[in-house]
Amino acid sequence: MNATVASEYSSEIHSVPIEHRFNPYSDNGGTVLGIAGEDFAVLAGDTRQVEGYSIQSRYQPKVFNVGDDIVMTANGFAADGAALIDRFKNQLQWYKFDHGGKKLNIKSAARYIQHLLYGKRFFPYYVSTLIAGLDEEGKGAVYSYDPVGSYEREQCRAGGAAASLIMPFLDNQVNFKNQYEPGSDGKKKRELRYLTLDEVLELVRDAFSSATERHIQVGDGLEILIVTKEGVRTEYFDLKRD
Amino acid sequence: MFRNNYDNDSVTYSPTGRLFQVEYALEAIKQGSAAVGLSSKNHVVLVALKRNAEELGSYQKKIIKVDTHMGIALAGLAPDARVLSNYLRKQAMSSRMIFNRPLSTSKAVLSIADKAQENTQSYGSRPYGVGLLVSGYDETGAHLYEFQPSGSVLEYYGAAIGARSQAARTYLERNLDTIRESDTVESLIVHGLNALRDTLSQDVELTFKNTSVSVVGKDIDFTIYDDEDVQQWLDKLDSVSNARNREEDDGADEEVAEETAATDEAVTSTTGTGAASTDAASGNDAPAPSTDDRMETDE
Amino acid sequence: MNHDPFQWGRPSNETYGAYNHHIANASVRETDHQSLDNFPKMNTQQPIITGTSVISVKFKDGVILAADNLGSYGSLLRFNNIERLIKVGQETVVGISGDISDLQQIERILDELETTEEVYDSDGGHNLRAPHVHEYLSRVLYNRRSKMNPLWNAIIVGGFNDDRTPFLKYIDLLGVTYGASTLATGFGSHLAVPLLRQLIPNDVDYVNVSEEQARKVVEDCMRVLFYRDARASDKFSLVTIKRSAEEPDTSYTFNFEKELKVENQSWRFAKDIRGYGSQQQ
Repeated sequence: MNATVASEYSSEIHSVPIEHRFNPYSDNGGTVLGIAGEDFAVLAGDTRQVEGYSIQSRYQPKVFNVGDDIVMTANGFAADGAALIDRFKNQLQWYKFDHGGKKLNIKSAARYIQHLLYGKRFFPYYVSTLIAGLDEEGKGAVYSYDPVGSYEREQCRAGGAAASLIMPFLDNQVNFKNQYEPGSDGKKKRELRYLTLDEVLELVRDAFSSATERHIQVGDGLEILIVTKEGVRTEYFDLKRD
Repeated sequence: MFRNNYDNDSVTYSPTGRLFQVEYALEAIKQGSAAVGLSSKNHVVLVALKRNAEELGSYQKKIIKVDTHMGIALAGLAPDARVLSNYLRKQAMSSRMIFNRPLSTSKAVLSIADKAQENTQSYGSRPYGVGLLVSGYDETGAHLYEFQPSGSVLEYYGAAIGARSQAARTYLERNLDTIRESDTVESLIVHGLNALRDTLSQDVELTFKNTSVSVVGKDIDFTIYDDEDVQQWLDKLDSVSNARNREEDDGADEEVAEETAATDEAVTSTTGTGAASTDAASGNDAPAPSTDDRMETDE
Repeated sequence: MNHDPFQWGRPSNETYGAYNHHIANASVRETDHQSLDNFPKMNTQQPIITGTSVISVKFKDGVILAADNLGSYGSLLRFNNIERLIKVGQETVVGISGDISDLQQIERILDELETTEEVYDSDGGHNLRAPHVHEYLSRVLYNRRSKMNPLWNAIIVGGFNDDRTPFLKYIDLLGVTYGASTLATGFGSHLAVPLLRQLIPNDVDYVNVSEEQARKVVEDCMRVLFYRDARASDKFSLVTIKRSAEEPDTSYTFNFEKELKVENQSWRFAKDIRGYGSQQQ
């Protein structure tokens, strides 16, 4: 062929399709919160599920009793959250088959969830995961995760849409951050102590009603799962629906 | 040792239309200790006799849980049963996972029947050497199925598989009406154990070590009673040994006579239909074995 | 003149070289296998023929679902006889919006499901009900999205729970699920849900709503959607599943109404609309 004049069209590289990717994720809002006490732990979440500015459902629970007195939530992209919890429940049942019905302690549950999350390191579950229960000594335990499985045990943790609103409040009210003994002129920190269940429930309700005021994706209802040595029980409170 | 020329593989028919390898597999079931299943309208009970290879060894597990609403008892090759129960567990779990519903008993048993049938029709494979009694409670009520390595499954009100199971079947046939009308789990279990004890060989009796009991039904998740937990049920029997043995020792010992008082009406009314009189005691052994020595066997 | 659209406005090949057809990326032009293998696998990136909203509501004794019969090709009214409500089993209905070819794929999957169900339930008594269909579809859609090859639909499943209370739940192409007493897909979630929630403000309030009340609001919703959703038509289907008052545990009616028309249309409001078309002021 004779010499051709270079043009934009002919310099296009062959066989490279124009990329237009399907986005496999969405954000379904909502927020969750876990607090550990001396002999109990709570895990709470609002019951609103959203997509963009639409409220999909005003009552779609996202905190679950997964068995063996462990409660779990995975907040963020709802489909991934549900899938993660279902997989954990399933594995728990196999654990029971393989170990003659032995109870899974929360430390082992926590490590296992890390593997579930990290197993999808390169196509992650888009969720912030929390579990709560009692440890081997009967003390309250909360474990929190990032989407790819990094985790730690904590006294309290907020996750989801309003985490950044609630977490500083918890730092102050649960771990007494920036609290000093009166009259010590800011020298002596307020001493740490375990909160009672009633105090914790008050904190949780305040945290959620405040988050409802300031975050559009939070509201409608608050469901709190409480783990004590007697087992798991659920409490429900209305939140504002606007 | 060949029986004939047509039993080298499971896929070749004999000229008379039989599959010998499959029939041998059915024989393998009879080598195993007995398992008995029976159902009333709302409950299914499985009872089984456990064996230990030697006195110092543990007993072979005979009843396996599949899901909260289903479980199996086995007779024959235990490893084959483990493979099948594992498959059933996966089926049960994926039914809950994919369809949000418990696996139905009929579907469960048909799914393993399909697996077993494949083995009767593929060269180089061996039929399962185990028979199963599958008990389940689902939306259509309580069900008891017998599974065979040939791939056939049938539903029963009462069934028995394994060594000397004919004796248990005889008992179940004679007491079918009272079994079907049982409205308590207790009477069902007592009938099951009565049937099971008829399969015992001469010098053996039911003890909490060699007996497994399970129940599933309306408002009752599948529950297995093993070891010490079985004693409560054995205590409700008038005797823990075979009817034939008792006839032989008739009048020798009256030790257990008072235990008949503990049995409920349903049982006392039906024991008469069995082959034996009710209160003849077993051999010379005391009926309740010592609980502290786990190694002791049941002679 | 060369009438091939790819050639419109193109200078001659002698001067500028051949046109690279991959730029347009409509499909693989080559038919030989080698070039097909070299070309990356293609998944659905957008719906082609689409169905618009499905709307649904619970009432005291059951559920109502409605969807129109239009299949749009972009802004073209391509088909006007698409049935988007599918009966599954005895007492469950699935309403599908989004891509119509994927709808037909789901229809085949559900058909296969019913067949398998019959094979293993020859004695009867084990019924495939709404919660089971919903769970199954949510697995199908979530697995497809996880393969980055979604079924481009939003689905509503209606029927009864195992305890015979009304069941209504949603699934979309991402595998996201949720339940409520009032549900709608697509435009319906903006236009119909507020009307439906006026009837049932709290999810539990559906027990005070009669079939007549529910049906009236659903018909209103279909009218509003026809007014304001440019991809909606006034021909629709409506399914009512209702348990009988006498024997709620065993008896129910499944009523499939086709070729319904949006009634009581009034376009008087149209003359007052400003800001569109020629009337800018």
